[in-house]
Amino acid sequence: MLKIQNLHARVEEKPILKGVQLAVPAGEVHAIMGPNGAGKSTLSYVLSGRGGYEVTEGSASLNGDDLLALEPNERAAKGLFLSFQYPLEIPGVPALTFIRTALNAQRRARGEDEIAAPAFLKLAKEKAAALKIDFEMLKRGLNVGFSGGEKKRMEILQMAMLSPKFLILDETDSGLDIDALKIVSEGVNALRSPERGMLVITHYQRLLDYIKPDKVHVLAAGRIVASGGPELALQLEAEGYDRYVGAAA
Amino acid sequence: MTLSTALKTGDLTALPSRRDEDWRWTDLRGLLRALPPAAPAHDGEVPAGPFADLASAETVFVNGRRVVETEVASGVIALRFVALADQASQGASHALVVKPGETLVLLESHEGRAGGYVTDVALDIAVGEGASVERIVLVEDDAEAVNVVTAEVDLAPGAQYAQTILTSGARRQRIETRVNHPGAHAEVRLDGAYLLDAQRHADLTTVVTHAGVEGVTSQLTKGMVTDQARGVFQGRIVVSPGADQTDARMGHHALILSDKAEIDAKPELLIFADDVSCAHGNTIGALDEDALFYAEQRGIPQAEAKAMLTVAFVGEVVDRIAHEGAREIAAAWVARKLGSAV
Ligand SMILES: Nc1ncnc2c1ncn2[C@@H]1O[C@H](COP(=O)(O)OP(=O)(O)OP(=O)(O)O)[C@@H](O)[C@H]1O
Ligand SMILES: [Mg+2]
Repeated sequence: MLKIQNLHARVEEKPILKGVQLAVPAGEVHAIMGPNGAGKSTLSYVLSGRGGYEVTEGSASLNGDDLLALEPNERAAKGLFLSFQYPLEIPGVPALTFIRTALNAQRRARGEDEIAAPAFLKLAKEKAAALKIDFEMLKRGLNVGFSGGEKKRMEILQMAMLSPKFLILDETDSGLDIDALKIVSEGVNALRSPERGMLVITHYQRLLDYIKPDKVHVLAAGRIVASGGPELALQLEAEGYDRYVGAAA
Repeated sequence: MTLSTALKTGDLTALPSRRDEDWRWTDLRGLLRALPPAAPAHDGEVPAGPFADLASAETVFVNGRRVVETEVASGVIALRFVALADQASQGASHALVVKPGETLVLLESHEGRAGGYVTDVALDIAVGEGASVERIVLVEDDAEAVNVVTAEVDLAPGAQYAQTILTSGARRQRIETRVNHPGAHAEVRLDGAYLLDAQRHADLTTVVTHAGVEGVTSQLTKGMVTDQARGVFQGRIVVSPGADQTDARMGHHALILSDKAEIDAKPELLIFADDVSCAHGNTIGALDEDALFYAEQRGIPQAEAKAMLTVAFVGEVVDRIAHEGAREIAAAWVARKLGSAV
């Protein structure tokens, strides 16, 4: 379970998160919606340990481990996976090499054996096929020259290969065409399990038709200002954020 | 002003110094207060070189003396300069003539198997009409060594000359290549990679002089410096009057991975002809922080992520090596150096 308590964080002296309070039990999917600039991506970066963010107050833990005390790669080895809003391009490192390096690093960190090459390739072929990713693309530099939608699919492939315990999806639906949205959602839903929690950041209620959340939260001006069931997303779609932006200010 | 003259005459004032424009970043005069004694002849075993499995014949210099020589200048040949004496000096020179139409893969290694030596190597390479040479130069010096390697390359019309230098630097090190390019559909590729840590220094200097019409030169040098290391790149392409339709590109791109490391780069295009297509690019920067975080988020520890991104960065130079076996050795060398340095 992911537990965030009174989390405050700032970037370059500017407070962005101002007391985030959130708990996502294992097995549940929670959605976070909120206006541009509310701090949604900041929250995902602070949880995953990106540099440049200063936590000034509060705590965050995953299954009892204090996330904020760990290096980013250690958080990943504990099972935290962030699907980036803007996935990076890594020239010169084929996707397959990148994923195998990551998988083996995580396994080593957990005291497990490295995965053998044939088993890895078999797994990669199977997962790529499910996401309708051309296997040849995995031999090219990771994300280099890929379209926005292809990059998002590649995020889901990495997620499927690394099989994390907790997923944060930061606007994984943005830039996806209708078919890709379905494929990606199926990829995410395939990972739903009683042990696994998910935090789905999105601007569009439509994604939540495919990935059905247990709870929906509104993040505005650095705080969770409202929480509810899936119906909250429908209401936001109809009414916008006006009332919450006012309340948070 | 050369190290070779200083070694022959014992005259320290013959050493190039920072007052010489072409040596301002690789000062030998200020560094060498005395020249070590000449290296003794070596009469024991010489360990196998890095390209032993690929070459069909070899020429070997040990402590400046030629101990094995092949007459052949075609096929796959190893050329080795081995230093086996501590705190000793040695000079060597060697000439290769590649006959018209022949193909040569020259696998050259500078093997510092001793400490604190001073070495000067001068090579003359003549490439006949329509002949093709690929020269791979692997330089592994001792951290306290001083080493100057100079190659003068003369190309006939229609010749092809490709070169890749791989070096981990020395106390002070200069690898210089001067190419006399006749134009005339001759093609030159001059590449290099320097990977420097601790207090190592490497200077990759090239001068390509296009003398006639329709010549092609393509250059790509990549570097990585960390700790207090210092990389120097000086690339000059001269397009002489009348060398019209020259096509020349030069790229130098380097990563600085620590605050105290330094890179000095001077790419120069001196163009005295018309209707040429010449360009150069020079970039020096840090590793992409965002890419680094992305890799770490996937579980790759920072040091491993840095090494992975740096290997990928330098990989572009390795990928341009045509000879497959040499390319594999180069790739393994880069991975080994970066695994420990970054
Ligand atoms: N490096 C930075 N320097 C200064 N301000 C920053 C930096 N990174 C983020 N911010 C600011 O923090 C605030 C929150 O940004 P964040 O990216 O978390 O918003 P978001 O909720 O993800 O928005 P969107 O819906 O547009 O993706 C914004 O006002 C943004 O300008
Ligand atoms: Mg965002």
